Amino acid sequence: MTSTEERRTPLDAVHDALGATMTDFAGWRMPLRYGSETAEHRAVREAAGLFDLTHMGEITVTGPEAARALDHALVGFVSKIGVDRARYSMICDADGGILDDLIVYRLGEDDFLVVANASNAAVVAGELLARAAGFDAVVTDRSEEYALLAVQGPHAVAILAPLADLDLDKVKYYAADRATVAGVDVLLARTGYTGEDGFELFCAPADAVRLWTSLAEAGAGHGLIPAGLSCRDTLRLEAGMPLYGHELTTSVTPYEANLGRVVRLDKPEDFVGRDALAAREKEGPRATLVGLRSPGRRVPRAGYAVLDPETKAPIGEITSGAPSPTLGAPIAMAYVPLDRAEPGTVLAVDIRGAAEPVEVVALPFYKRA
Amino acid sequence: MSAPQNLLYSKDHEWLTTDGNPAVIGISQHAADALGDVVFVQLPEVGARVTAGEPCGELESTKSVSDIFAPADGEVVEVNTAVVDDPSLVNSDPFGEGWLIKVQLDTPAADVDGLMSEAEYNAFTGA
Repeated sequence: MTSTEERRTPLDAVHDALGATMTDFAGWRMPLRYGSETAEHRAVREAAGLFDLTHMGEITVTGPEAARALDHALVGFVSKIGVDRARYSMICDADGGILDDLIVYRLGEDDFLVVANASNAAVVAGELLARAAGFDAVVTDRSEEYALLAVQGPHAVAILAPLADLDLDKVKYYAADRATVAGVDVLLARTGYTGEDGFELFCAPADAVRLWTSLAEAGAGHGLIPAGLSCRDTLRLEAGMPLYGHELTTSVTPYEANLGRVVRLDKPEDFVGRDALAAREKEGPRATLVGLRSPGRRVPRAGYAVLDPETKAPIGEITSGAPSPTLGAPIAMAYVPLDRAEPGTVLAVDIRGAAEPVEVVALPFYKRA
Repeated sequence: MSAPQNLLYSKDHEWLTTDGNPAVIGISQHAADALGDVVFVQLPEVGARVTAGEPCGELESTKSVSDIFAPADGEVVEVNTAVVDDPSLVNSDPFGEGWLIKVQLDTPAADVDGLMSEAEYNAFTGA
């Protein structure tokens, strides 16, 4: 997609008015940062951040066999999800390679909302449509019908409680409910991608500016600031959360990504990728995702080679890396051989021609108190 | 922030002073804004030779790492240790406290090929 066809969220003018640095992300014009991305990162860790995530894809699956269709299409046990609950899941190809990671919300007995990454929304919608064939279920790409805002951080509850028409204590982590927030009808989900408590609010695009403005005003006294995709990336990295296209690709299965728990080989429904995933589960992963921390200040970046510290032979690859605002040190995730994955193992990274030492550390790098 | 007068700029977004030799060298506001928050500055050693257009250091920001390119030939006579201790100076004051190195130029800055005036640089960056 060229820049002339760049998609704009309903908050585009709001971001410009805030002086945001905008970036192309999966064909969308999105806010990278409004001021200092480090300040935005810290606000989310210590107070709250307000995000525009409208680029995410929303696909509904409805009908009497919607749950069965999703059991067949995804690796998770979707029919076990309770109404008003959400589950992290994945859609894999027949070889077990990951096509996308998803959150599945069960809005009703026969009513599911699948939230896909922006870069994969069309692929996921197409796969769900194909895989639901033969089931009494209707798959609809509704990405155009939703804006998505998120309030993330320890002050999220205090900010939202006076605006919401329901008791937020009843919306547990990975739960969702229809609600009215500042007079706007939303699907209010206690989910996020920052490692903090927080909420994601799905609303009609026409309501997005009103909702954003109300949240920004209500949050200002609680330290909430607008937060862009740049800090979202460092927040999720500190929280050890994978990003599609980096940690997750069609070249790996959930087992390499340490996410074998999302694959429910015990469910009765046959599902796409089952045989390959059952075999991989039995034989074990071919490499494994680890956390790395550098004692130095140069940052291992995505694509850099991980080296044997003695022979300097390449043994793996960095998938994501950044200076961690919370830890004050460079952190990264990488795929390495299984016998190099023990925390405390010293490895090296080829940082622009120099082998810099790094240490394997347990994930996540950061866990909220 | 407006840039100080009498600076010349390279196409690699470094500036250098023209009122004396050694010249002070830093990166432009445009470059600092594009980088995002700078978290690590690696500068050459005092006494090192630098060559126009060649890397002589690194700036690590949240999203990326960028080379510092020497805007002219010469010898490093001083490095800004304050900016090494507090890389955020590059963002907050790129033309002042966020300067990077002082270089004894082989030829006066005004005679170095390929450098731009502020007006030319602003046109170059589309500012």
